[in-house]
Amino acid sequence: MTTLAANKPAYDGQALDLTGKSGARAFKNTLATVLITLAFVLAMIPLIWILWTVVSKGYHLLFDAGWWSESQRGITVRREGGGAYHAIMGTLIMGLITAVIAVPIAILGAIYLVEYGKGTRLARAVSFMIDILTGVPSIVAALFIYAVWITIFGFNRVGFAVSLSLVLLMLPVVLRSTEEMLKLVPDELREASYALGVPKWKTILKVVVPTAFGGIITGVMLGLARVMGETAPLLILVGYSKNINLNPFDGFMGALPTMINQDRTELALQPAADRVWAAALTLILLVLALNLLARFVARFSAVKSK
Amino acid sequence: MAKRIEVSGLNVYYGDFKAVEDVSMTIEPRSVTAFIGPSGCGKSTYLRTLNRMHEVIPGARVEGKVLLDQQDLYGSGIDPVAVRRVVGMVFQRPNPFPTMSIFDNVASGLKLNGVKDRKRLTETVEKSLHGANLWNEVKDRLDKPGAGLSGGQQQRLCIARAIAVEPEVILMDEPCSALDPISTLAIEDLIEQLKDRFTVVIVTHNMQQAARVSDQTAFFNLAATGKPGRLIEMGATKQIFSNPTEKATEDYITGRFG
Repeated sequence: MTTLAANKPAYDGQALDLTGKSGARAFKNTLATVLITLAFVLAMIPLIWILWTVVSKGYHLLFDAGWWSESQRGITVRREGGGAYHAIMGTLIMGLITAVIAVPIAILGAIYLVEYGKGTRLARAVSFMIDILTGVPSIVAALFIYAVWITIFGFNRVGFAVSLSLVLLMLPVVLRSTEEMLKLVPDELREASYALGVPKWKTILKVVVPTAFGGIITGVMLGLARVMGETAPLLILVGYSKNINLNPFDGFMGALPTMINQDRTELALQPAADRVWAAALTLILLVLALNLLARFVARFSAVKSK
Repeated sequence: MAKRIEVSGLNVYYGDFKAVEDVSMTIEPRSVTAFIGPSGCGKSTYLRTLNRMHEVIPGARVEGKVLLDQQDLYGSGIDPVAVRRVVGMVFQRPNPFPTMSIFDNVASGLKLNGVKDRKRLTETVEKSLHGANLWNEVKDRLDKPGAGLSGGQQQRLCIARAIAVEPEVILMDEPCSALDPISTLAIEDLIEQLKDRFTVVIVTHNMQQAARVSDQTAFFNLAATGKPGRLIEMGATKQIFSNPTEKATEDYITGRFG
């Protein structure tokens, strides 16, 4: 060290230039900043546009108490009045049944892929199938259920059949997102649990899944939001009914997407147009409400640091 | 509590790769045994075979015998889960469960194994936190998340969690490598106390630490990269650090390589 210090004076009299960027680098920096900001703004434009259109055209019917409690029974496209209760309930019931079937399968499937099947042939096959399922259009899923439910088994077009086809659409979304969340749980936590003499299944149940819980819930909500707006299965597997029908195993059922579709055909008429926008806004609010609910639930068991 | 571990002719493989070759040693009860050696010499791998933790990694397997008070941990019918209840472990990086409070972290070993008796849990948590020299720092915030503690506190929390299940042996895999000097000192003091009740085995890169805390030291080395790690020499810490038998040990300890 001493020899080094002797050879190199602390200050050689020449000031270093630390004043700043070269012209080219400053230009590139500005250019990149502008491009990225522009991309962000471009992505936001359609979102804000959609929200603005739907809210501004649909909000006033939502303040009507009848909107939340009445059906469209006996209301023609030329008449005002009635509500979306039948459609809201239909969407919620079919969404709930879908979630009840799809979520356990998806979460258990993801647990298999991450915790048990890693690298096995079965896991690779499942993973591949899920990829394919992700790409299946909703109308294909609907036609598949139509073929099974109605053509082969001879059942009627009912809400439950819609749920079955929505399961096919929701399953891959929830499974993939759950898988990603489970992969994010550090192996150190699993090892910490094993080191305490905790069996594997209990480690997964009490350590791994709770740690990933917030992310899993988010995935479930994304999946639910996706299927609640699906229209093709509704058109194919259950008729639209203007009446209130809460039984998913019998009769036609209203739903928000098909309600929109119903009134859309007469968009030139003000009462119908109002209902279209109000139903669209209701659907958005419904998804938003479920999201908030999920965040609320997740907060109670999620990872805490403070 | 505290049991003797006798290892004979132990080989560890990852798939076809032989990571550790022919290790035989006796680890005395109620003492601290330190494993030292350069990176990649297999000391952590070997440590993990003492509670069958290496089995977590696919393809890892072991040949040879590990006797815990005459019982072979690799005998037929031995459940690795049961082994780990007797041989606990503290890891390199503090890993408290992020979803649990300080209390639940310490109680996790008991709770996850089905203990529900609130009184017993409370007593064990207090005793373990005292045992880990952490009680005074956290007694007023037991319901706060464990991940909110400092690194050194988290590591002591992990030690409290490990001793809460009352194991016979505690394995420590470089428990201080992610900690600052003051936290390190706290952990070293703690190890000194732990050996009254447990058999402690510690892997460390810090030779001063090995000299300070351990009664016995084992030096591991490998001939070359890609060759399996071997136990070069083992003996009383004083003797290893003052008068090693092997040239390699002396070179390593005096800092001439590794």
